Amino acid sequence: MSRILQTLALLVVLAGGMALPNLVELYTVYEVTVYVVMALLALSLAFIWGKGGIMCLGQASFFGLGAYAYAIAALNFGPGLLAVAIAISVPTLFAAILGYFMFYGRISDIYVGVITLAVSLILMNLVNSTSGPQYRIGAAQLGGFNGITGIPTLAWPNGTPLDPAALFRLSLTLLVGCFAAISLYLRSRAGKVVIAIRENEYRAELLGYNVALSKLVTFSAGGALAGLAGCLFANWGAFVSPTVFALVQSAQIIIWVIVGGRGTLIGPILGCIALQWATTQLGTQQTIQVNLVLGLVLTFFVLVVPAGIAPLLAKCARAVTPSRSRITAKEKQA
Amino acid sequence: MDLASILTIEILGSVAVLVLISIGLAVVFGMMKVINMAHGEFLMIGGYVAIYAKNWAGLNFWVSSLVVAPLCVGLLGLALEWLVVRHLYGRMIDTMLATWGISLALIGAMTMLVGNTTTGISTPLSSVTIGAYSVSGYGIYLICLALAIFVLLYGLFRFTAFGLQARATTQNADMVAALGGNPRRIYSMTFALGAALGGLGGAALAPITGVIPTIGATYIAKAFITVISGGGAVIAGNLSASLLFGTVGQVFTYLYTPVIGEVALLVAAVVLIRILPKGITGRFFRRSI
Repeated sequence: MSRILQTLALLVVLAGGMALPNLVELYTVYEVTVYVVMALLALSLAFIWGKGGIMCLGQASFFGLGAYAYAIAALNFGPGLLAVAIAISVPTLFAAILGYFMFYGRISDIYVGVITLAVSLILMNLVNSTSGPQYRIGAAQLGGFNGITGIPTLAWPNGTPLDPAALFRLSLTLLVGCFAAISLYLRSRAGKVVIAIRENEYRAELLGYNVALSKLVTFSAGGALAGLAGCLFANWGAFVSPTVFALVQSAQIIIWVIVGGRGTLIGPILGCIALQWATTQLGTQQTIQVNLVLGLVLTFFVLVVPAGIAPLLAKCARAVTPSRSRITAKEKQA
Repeated sequence: MDLASILTIEILGSVAVLVLISIGLAVVFGMMKVINMAHGEFLMIGGYVAIYAKNWAGLNFWVSSLVVAPLCVGLLGLALEWLVVRHLYGRMIDTMLATWGISLALIGAMTMLVGNTTTGISTPLSSVTIGAYSVSGYGIYLICLALAIFVLLYGLFRFTAFGLQARATTQNADMVAALGGNPRRIYSMTFALGAALGGLGGAALAPITGVIPTIGATYIAKAFITVISGGGAVIAGNLSASLLFGTVGQVFTYLYTPVIGEVALLVAAVVLIRILPKGITGRFFRRSI
């Protein structure tokens, strides 16, 4: 029943999204696109942390690598499918190499968090230092602190670039598609192993599952997803700078997941959209710093609502639909 | 010969910087198994306190950086431990996230207070000449300071009642409580000590780097790597990891650029963690402090 409802809801979102560019003005579409792109990034962390139990504090690394890889590839080979493929494979490969050292070294959660965070910070320093004219890859000038500007927008195979409405539709389709794909994967045998490892790594290993390999696959897939989000982000703004690797960027992704609800896929997406909207509103005034608010929100949620909002909403929903809760209560008794 | 001694001093200097930025974090991680993500901001606030104590209150640089800054940041640490951290003991990941929230909030608050610009302070010591080269006298002071911190910390943990109780609490907090100790108080004192050491380090580095509200981010990657790779033993772990990474970082900085030095440091850490997943002191010097 819930599976049918979920599919239905996804189709409604997709259909609504397809119609949206015809209903609202172009600027709103442009603004909403970045929410969708960031939601994809939130989904990547929801998958590897919430479902896979891998605490990656530097998810911005893969996002940034995706954005930079797309920018460099698009400037060199043109903004086609090849650029997108490169934008996804670079972060995936990077995640796989990093993951090999972390998961086959069997380091604990805390160490994974610290290493991933350090990687994102050092990537930022590295890219920041490429400001001289000698730092170029083919036709792409890396630009150091100033970043890469004038990134060509993704083009259809016939060469015409995507307009903002098409970019929005593409982003939303990818978000819904990835959401559905992850949901399906988690129902498969391999997906159930992912959850099992999150619940009890030791037991999963004793039952004969290859924990390190499973984590490596999860982590790399999360890297690919974040890279895809980065690719779309570079398309959206036609600009990428080292701030995509910044600590605040990584922190934001964590906050979306914490606020939305660890362990769910939909929670982080909703948390991302809500917080993006809120920070945009906050950014329009000068008195209160956004970092201050984000930091307090994070600390508050960890202390008071550690499970996040999505489980809380689900609980409320159950409370207002008494028939279903009675059924589950009966099921529990039986 | 002169070049060799200069290089040695440069390497020791970068080891000392690593010690100064990471020793507070190492104390908190080693004794409490808490990763304090706000440590970079403790360094940043230490730097600001030292600068303002000198420029506004007119204090001597040594007093403001060696006394006022650690004291103020230590008190801040005590307050934050009481407000946030004490509710989360035993939940390592949640502690990490909550302190990350504190870190962001402190960056935001300081940006509102002082603005997003670098504040500097002059280096208080002149340079020293060795043969045809000259090295900064302040760099040599930092090496001595790092050494002094190790000696004092060793004395504190080895010979005082607090040190004994703190080490006992690390091993078995319930047993300490049963024997009449107070693990809660030990934890809050240890956290404050870690914060104070952060304040001291930040103040000592302020003349070299200047201070900006976001400066914590430039320190913490290196500080975390050093602490994680050092492993559980505070002093032996921190000293060995700082020596290793300081040398690696400085050699690559000398050969290429400071950024390549940082990258080399990270790569060395990732490889090290693959070989020694519990850090250096997880395998060697296991019985040391």
